[in-house]
Amino acid sequence: MITVEHVLALSGLLFAIGALGALTRRNLIVILMCIELMLNAVNLAFVGFARAWGDLGGQVVVLMVIAVAAGSVAVGLGIVIALFRNRDSVNIEDVSLLKW
Amino acid sequence: MSAELFFFYVFAALAAGSALAMVSNLRNTVAAALSLVVTMVSLAGIYVLLRAHLVAAVQIMVYAGAVLVLFVFVVMLLNLREDVFPPARLRPFKLAGAALGAVGLAGFLAALAGHVPDMAAVPESFGGYREVGRALFTDYVLAFELVSLLLLAAIVGAVVLAKRRLEP
Repeated sequence: MITVEHVLALSGLLFAIGALGALTRRNLIVILMCIELMLNAVNLAFVGFARAWGDLGGQVVVLMVIAVAAGSVAVGLGIVIALFRNRDSVNIEDVSLLKW
Repeated sequence: MSAELFFFYVFAALAAGSALAMVSNLRNTVAAALSLVVTMVSLAGIYVLLRAHLVAAVQIMVYAGAVLVLFVFVVMLLNLREDVFPPARLRPFKLAGAALGAVGLAGFLAALAGHVPDMAAVPESFGGYREVGRALFTDYVLAFELVSLLLLAAIVGAVVLAKRRLEP
């Protein structure tokens, strides 16, 4: 029998791995992938709690998150392509105009 | 150990292992994207174990199908097979921040212990397309329509960004 603790442990582990990658990697595309991984970890927690309470609202939220993630990937990769055209690089260190 | 729990551990190990492989792969961006596919498919397996059949199907179609193809497509388009950037170095300041985060997480888990719900008894049709569809188009119909608006904005934004040459 799978318990909510199992699901939450895996969800937290995946979120931590994704956050680690998003904070330490320098390749913009890999950072976008890590953000997708973090969204997936949150989805897993939603599905686990939907099962625990027998409430379908959690699964509906997951469908919404998947749609939002697909939109964010499309726009994010569009930005990456536009940046690559201007700077010939996807290194995050070359795109620090808004950093203070 | 029940079969359900056994498969959960198998899929969990696959998901966590391939996620680690993605984050630690410093040489090949395409291989990192393919590791992410393995994570997504394993998560779809766990969704089936948690009685979310429709979500599992959508996960495979949208994430493993569309999103990851988009990633591989952009990596190939920009010819980035070699990931030449070294990752950020760990400094004592950052390590202190990580330790502080771990302490906060431990406190959160201690507060959570004993308050997690048990698995409820659910009907056989729970999480199928019929039940989820009914919830989606009755209780959550406003959110559904708003998401369609968001997707339209994302399409327009992606086309504008990828088409126009930005002024430097």
